[in-house]
Amino acid sequence: MFNSRTNRPRVASAMQAAALVFGLAGSASAADLTISNWDGYMAKDIADQFKAATGLTIDVVNHATNEEIMGKLMASKGAGYDIVFVSSPFAEILNKQGLLEPLDHKAIPNLANLYPEAVKLAYDPGNAFSVPYTWGTTGLCYRTDLVKTPVDSWMNLLKPDESLRGKVTMLATDRWLMAAGLLAKGYSVNETDPAKIDEAKKLLIEAKKSLLAYDDTTFYSKLVSGEASLVHAWDGWCNYGITDNKNITFTVPKEGSDLWVDTIVVLKSSEHKADAMKFINFILDPKNHAWAAQNILYKVPNKPAMESLDPALIKQYPTMGTPPAELSKYELLRDIGPAIKDYSRAVSEIKAAN
Amino acid sequence: MSYNAARPNLLAAPAVLWLVAFMIVPCALILLFAFFERGVFGGIDYNLNLDNFRRVADPLYAGIFLRSARIALTAAGLAILIAYPAAYAITRALPTRQPILLFFAVLPFWSNYLIRTYAWIVLLNREGLVNNLLRGLGYHGEPLSMLYTEGAVITGLVYNYLPFVILAIYSTLSKLNPELIEASRDLGAGPVRTFLRVTLPLSLSGVAAGGVFVFILSIGNFVTPALLGGGRFQMVGNLVYDQFLSANDWPFGAALGMVLITLMIVLLMLQAHMTARASGETRGASADA
Repeated sequence: MFNSRTNRPRVASAMQAAALVFGLAGSASAADLTISNWDGYMAKDIADQFKAATGLTIDVVNHATNEEIMGKLMASKGAGYDIVFVSSPFAEILNKQGLLEPLDHKAIPNLANLYPEAVKLAYDPGNAFSVPYTWGTTGLCYRTDLVKTPVDSWMNLLKPDESLRGKVTMLATDRWLMAAGLLAKGYSVNETDPAKIDEAKKLLIEAKKSLLAYDDTTFYSKLVSGEASLVHAWDGWCNYGITDNKNITFTVPKEGSDLWVDTIVVLKSSEHKADAMKFINFILDPKNHAWAAQNILYKVPNKPAMESLDPALIKQYPTMGTPPAELSKYELLRDIGPAIKDYSRAVSEIKAAN
Repeated sequence: MSYNAARPNLLAAPAVLWLVAFMIVPCALILLFAFFERGVFGGIDYNLNLDNFRRVADPLYAGIFLRSARIALTAAGLAILIAYPAAYAITRALPTRQPILLFFAVLPFWSNYLIRTYAWIVLLNREGLVNNLLRGLGYHGEPLSMLYTEGAVITGLVYNYLPFVILAIYSTLSKLNPELIEASRDLGAGPVRTFLRVTLPLSLSGVAAGGVFVFILSIGNFVTPALLGGGRFQMVGNLVYDQFLSANDWPFGAALGMVLITLMIVLLMLQAHMTARASGETRGASADA
């Protein structure tokens, strides 16, 4: 989801924004496939591997956030891209907007590798237009040696103990920032009632006072350095912290979490749809899909890929071992329709508040 | 004048074309966006209205403009206070040494803006160099929380723009006619009085140019508040950035941007006006001398 641990500075995306504003969106690439993904979310040599396997060339471009690629795809009606990686609610929106190509299951035999739970995801049962690439939860990542009080609730983050004030960080991307407030209030992560969104907004504005920073990209390194003691994190990113400090642990608060799924979709405007199906089949190959689990430390919904992992990896990073049945208990992030405007407005107001 | 100013100069054509294509046209587009509505998932719904400008006036967002102006003003003031003595010292150095001193003043520009800003994170964070130094000196309390504060943002802005101000003030001070200072001393004014009545007034155009420069670059800055303010201290630049890249509300972002550009144009015109008046006075003063 999101940039990788080798995150690219925001300036780069500002420049992309400038390109957009100047009407230069879309790329005129000579490669067979143009793929937009988060930086570092695929193997660096993916293009070489894919070329060796299929003879096709790919051009990988990056987006920093779902919102950024959505803005571009909406503006260009998908032109310029063949395949994009987006989180599930955004795949759902793209499909409703008629921008996605139905997947040709005959051309993707490796779909059989998916866990049964990954085939039944409510936003796209049967994988008609999207293939799950990674999945996981969002929760609290903290230093057991620095946090002396028990951590089991979203309120530990939003109204932290005196000793933790100024030592917590939160995700600032619309859906996940709002989810923390909504879950703490006992509401759905897909809440669309304006009054409830407003309640969550007020809680999050209060929470801002005890925050060290909003951080979507380097929170785990703040934990490692000791600047922060408790951070709002995606499970996989907490693992990056665990790599450097054994005292870091991840927990899903008792109020629950979201189940997020990052997906691969093919655009209807693509002129290389058959090649795009080949790429998806290539990614679903257990060896290639396991790369994501081993390197970005996110769970992948690919049964043989997960079974091929070294047990030591799962021992070191317990979230990697969460079985799909447990994962699917959490509430799936869904498209919330026009309420997304209320979410982004609430987030603007939270960030602008003193 | 050796050329006819009224005749259009074709040599300027590339620059004019560049400005029209990459400055005037995009700005006009942004201005246009500001009068429409956001699409649900980004893009623009073409319903003409003024809601975005009304929203800019909302106390929440107007407050961000005021905060940004306060931060930018503080940064400009501090930069002038630090740069003036430095520029003065450089003009008083041996003429052969001045280029070397100026070279050191602009040396930070050799490294990337992001890296220079990131360096402050390394210095100021709770486990950073400053706190470690304090601990080494025998301070045993809680580490100081300096990063992700307004102070950190101002520090970053002053640090990054200081060389501009030194150069601007140096350029006016170095052009100052030394005979004016001699005259003041001959007429019995002490060094302090000479500075306050002669040197300072005559260098104000450089001070204004440097100050306006820092103010304008600071008020629209988004990198420094994002990195050193930790996203908790928003300035207008961050607000505009967020509207375009995360909220997908281009029209509102465009309205914010237009208000900001208008503010900057007004300021630049004021500064040009002041400089013109000041240089008029200087000519008058030189003629008097």
